[in-house]
Amino acid sequence: MPHKLFRFNGGVKPATHKTDSVRAPIGRAPMPERLVVPLHQNIGGKPQPCVALGDRVLKGQVIGTADHWVSAAVHAPTSGTVRAIEPQLATHPSGLPTLSVVIEADGKDEWIERRPVDYASMAPESVRELLRDAGLVGLGGAVFPSHAKLSASKKTPMEELVINGAECEPFITCDDMLMRERGEEIVRGAGIFRDLLEPKRVLIGIEDNKPEAIAAMREAVAAAGESFEVIAVPTRYPAGGAKQLISVLTGKEVPSSKRSTDMGVQCFNVATASSAYRALTFGEPLISRIVTLAGNVEQPRNWEVPLGMTIRDFIALGTPRADTNRYLMGGPMMGFELPGLDAPLIKASNCIIAASPKLFPPPPPEMPCIRCGSCARACPHELQPFELYWFSRAANFGKAQEYHLFDCIECGCCAFVCPSHIPLVQYFRYAKGEIWGRERDKKAAESARARFEFRNERDEREKAEKAERLARAAAAKAADNPLASATAAPTAASPAATPAPAAAVTAAAAAAPTSPAVPGEAPAATGEASEAERARKAMIAAAVERARAQREAAAAARPHDAATSPEQ
Amino acid sequence: MSRYLSTSPYQLGNASVRRVMLLVLAGLLPGIAAYVWVFSPIILVQIAIASAFSLLGEALMLKVRGKPLSLFLGDGSALVTAWLIALALPPLAPWWLVAVAALFAIVIAKQLYGGLGQNPFNPAMIAFAACIVSFPALMSMWPSVTLKLSFIDQVQVVFGLMPHVDAMNGATPLDSLKTSLKLNEGGVNVPSLLATQEVFGYFAGRGWEWVTAGYLLGGLWLWWRDIIRWQAPLAFLAGLVAISGAFWLWQPAQYASPLFHLFSGGSLLCAFFIVTDPVSGATTPRGQLIFGFSAGILAYLIRVFGGYPDGVAFAVLLLNICAPLIDRYTQPRIFGLKGTR
Amino acid sequence: MMIYAILIMALGAVVLGASLGFAAVKFRVEGDPLTDKIDAILPQTQCGQCGYPGCKPYAAAIAKGEADINLCPPGGADGVQKLAELLGREAKPLDAEEKPKQTALIDEQRCIGCTLCIQACPVDAIVGAAKQLHTVVDPLCTGCELCLKPCPVECIAMNPVGESLDNWKWKPPVFTLQRQA
Repeated sequence: MPHKLFRFNGGVKPATHKTDSVRAPIGRAPMPERLVVPLHQNIGGKPQPCVALGDRVLKGQVIGTADHWVSAAVHAPTSGTVRAIEPQLATHPSGLPTLSVVIEADGKDEWIERRPVDYASMAPESVRELLRDAGLVGLGGAVFPSHAKLSASKKTPMEELVINGAECEPFITCDDMLMRERGEEIVRGAGIFRDLLEPKRVLIGIEDNKPEAIAAMREAVAAAGESFEVIAVPTRYPAGGAKQLISVLTGKEVPSSKRSTDMGVQCFNVATASSAYRALTFGEPLISRIVTLAGNVEQPRNWEVPLGMTIRDFIALGTPRADTNRYLMGGPMMGFELPGLDAPLIKASNCIIAASPKLFPPPPPEMPCIRCGSCARACPHELQPFELYWFSRAANFGKAQEYHLFDCIECGCCAFVCPSHIPLVQYFRYAKGEIWGRERDKKAAESARARFEFRNERDEREKAEKAERLARAAAAKAADNPLASATAAPTAASPAATPAPAAAVTAAAAAAPTSPAVPGEAPAATGEASEAERARKAMIAAAVERARAQREAAAAARPHDAATSPEQ
Repeated sequence: MSRYLSTSPYQLGNASVRRVMLLVLAGLLPGIAAYVWVFSPIILVQIAIASAFSLLGEALMLKVRGKPLSLFLGDGSALVTAWLIALALPPLAPWWLVAVAALFAIVIAKQLYGGLGQNPFNPAMIAFAACIVSFPALMSMWPSVTLKLSFIDQVQVVFGLMPHVDAMNGATPLDSLKTSLKLNEGGVNVPSLLATQEVFGYFAGRGWEWVTAGYLLGGLWLWWRDIIRWQAPLAFLAGLVAISGAFWLWQPAQYASPLFHLFSGGSLLCAFFIVTDPVSGATTPRGQLIFGFSAGILAYLIRVFGGYPDGVAFAVLLLNICAPLIDRYTQPRIFGLKGTR
Repeated sequence: MMIYAILIMALGAVVLGASLGFAAVKFRVEGDPLTDKIDAILPQTQCGQCGYPGCKPYAAAIAKGEADINLCPPGGADGVQKLAELLGREAKPLDAEEKPKQTALIDEQRCIGCTLCIQACPVDAIVGAAKQLHTVVDPLCTGCELCLKPCPVECIAMNPVGESLDNWKWKPPVFTLQRQA
């Protein structure tokens, strides 16, 4: 019985350029001498480095531990010595540095002790933890930690698990080759996800321009005795977007405001499935992945590369042609231009394209928008890109959000069809960045305000307490000395009620916290007699003297400024 | 900094404004061919005049505004406006009227608003409206059906070398129907008028039936080529048919049939080439339905009850005003949010 | 005939009046006090550069009409613009030079642990105890510079916040930049 397919709106059919890189089988890239492993390769928390400079690390050893739940560990891709833990050029469009561990390979490629597990006998929670510590993230390019996607919603029962082998972007063939050559690993990995999520059905979606992969996967499913459905989906970019594939296979549309598990469906990339299988069955963490080398190179091919290999080392495998002027990571629809050849291959790297002016001619000049609506009809999320464009360009970000800017997946269909050649996606990225920036600033301002208010409250309270204590002391003294009672009484009667007396009290109080520091310094310093200590002592004494002078001057200048005097 | 120039997508489709505009011009060809065949090749002269002055106006304004000439002159949008003006004006209109219309459309209605993509109103319709308000007599001088004038003489009339005499004039089928009904209030009925007066053909204006059929053909081709959407044209025609049908069913003797209205005046030209103008029209699918339908109804009301021979220009202009509002309230539900609200 | 006209006009007035009244009740907006709205725009650095002891007092002064809207350097021209929009006033150039956002950094070699900066910090962004090194908690620092003066050993410096992967943003297309230039 053929599976009923659904249709998503729009999409485009760019030339696929996929045939060149699938002629040769997946090659194993030689181990480079130097690897640069960025610590933050996932969405979510930044992993913390857990090795030190000069340490010898083994292949598969954790070098960065997962920070928080949504994060994933990072491992050494080979054995060697940690030569640096420092910011290095990030594989990111910005060209900014990111904290990385530089490893000098020793050529032995010596594994750390691997611990295969029988996940079926383990609690699901520990399986998820294991996957997090194996550094498993979505290998389709989104690099969201996979373990965090492996919990079913409490409210909605899981219905479908979608395994994404659509691979809709031009040039990229790494999933195609993986499915052809390692179908069994994918099927077993999908089995792990199935056991953790317990969906009713497992659907493997592959674009129908990959008949070999479809056949290989059908065979692998049959060989494993599983009941997964391998479904050919029409070739139309972006059919491989998780939301689009889910909608094509199940008819469920997951909006940006919802999690797919809330709708009883979850989606993983084929490479993620195979890596999960390797992590559990062989105890091999995610230290390599398959990367397509395509475009303007003599030998386009797929390579299994150690993560951390630099782009420079990688492209040498394919011999770029002379007119290559830049390199893209990802496909030509959603990828970005690499900031430099020193950037490493990371978990998100699915494809490196050598680009030449002939392959990707510079876009024709930008014309004004004529509101033709082509973009709206091409948008798989049924947005109105031309409206978003007007708002983004006018920096009218509130309106852009109202028109669902954040439902944009930046697939590039709108810019692809735009007759005016407007870089629509760039406008949307810019607008999103600005909105996020403003949200950040706003949050920071909110918390600063809260802390300021809290602090003022605390000051008031301390002042009141102090005043009360002083008043009590004064009252006690007054009881002893009747002469003083006349001056003390008003202070006791109005603790911090009128500004003037309160200020007078606090001026005295302000000095209190610091004054113990002065005598406290002396006994501490007497123990040591080194030159440095003596110099330091002298400096401190001078500093304290200066501070006192300043404080006195300030107090003299504004004795009645209740709000500011404690800070001076 | 150069990196910011380059963002995905790097691979682009082959669409361009120029291609869109050239296809629209191609869509007008069947109608023009019919025009030439039924009336006279003089329309080609008018198209040439309008095109020349449109391009002139465009070039001048681009120069003044400091915009790249080659880029914007080559986009073909001025030509589309020019051709629509030539087709909307009477074929024997003096050359200067066509020139004024073309310049008005380009300079005032398009460039002063910011040029391509910025004009809130359809420039061709603005020009038509301006002319019909300023030169009502000239604008209603359509060649009489019986006029037998050689092409050379027609050219001379257009360029003012030969006087434009009343004998040459007739009225458009819409106009003559309206005047006849008004003159003999209650005395005549539409079917007999259509049967007796020589300005009418099989079911609409004589000859016009073929020209408008040519527009229909070109429009359908544009729809097939995915240059225009079906919503606005269909809704426009539906609006026109709905209201004309209602009046016709109510009093067949006083009101012409929907078929007559479909194939008379600018109905089909408007349906496929004017309400489909993306810049000044509604852009959402539902918005285009509303836009087209309302324009159809308004066009009928103005054409039948108003003072002008045809109503499409004013109908479209009135709806142009409403387009942003229509868009605002017809935003489509997006992916994943269809069931909500 | 005239009666009809009058009746129709009267009816119109009644209908429109009723609907306006209904709308006024139905769509009433509970306005939060102006001070809070202004305060929400201010950057909450609590730096006092405006001459008021904190953002809220400045907001209150603006609301009362006592203070001008261009006294907040951390808010920048952007902030002035927003205030102008909120208050329906003319935007003015900032009454000080605009600085990029910066944070304080304590030189740990020189810090003597006097706690003066801790007391000066309006947003509790400095941690440390007496005689111990003080550290600025970077994400909490608003760059108000209030800690600079009290430091007896001048060990606090302001550093501009550079671009990093955490705050990097896509730039607008160059086309727009050329337009503005």
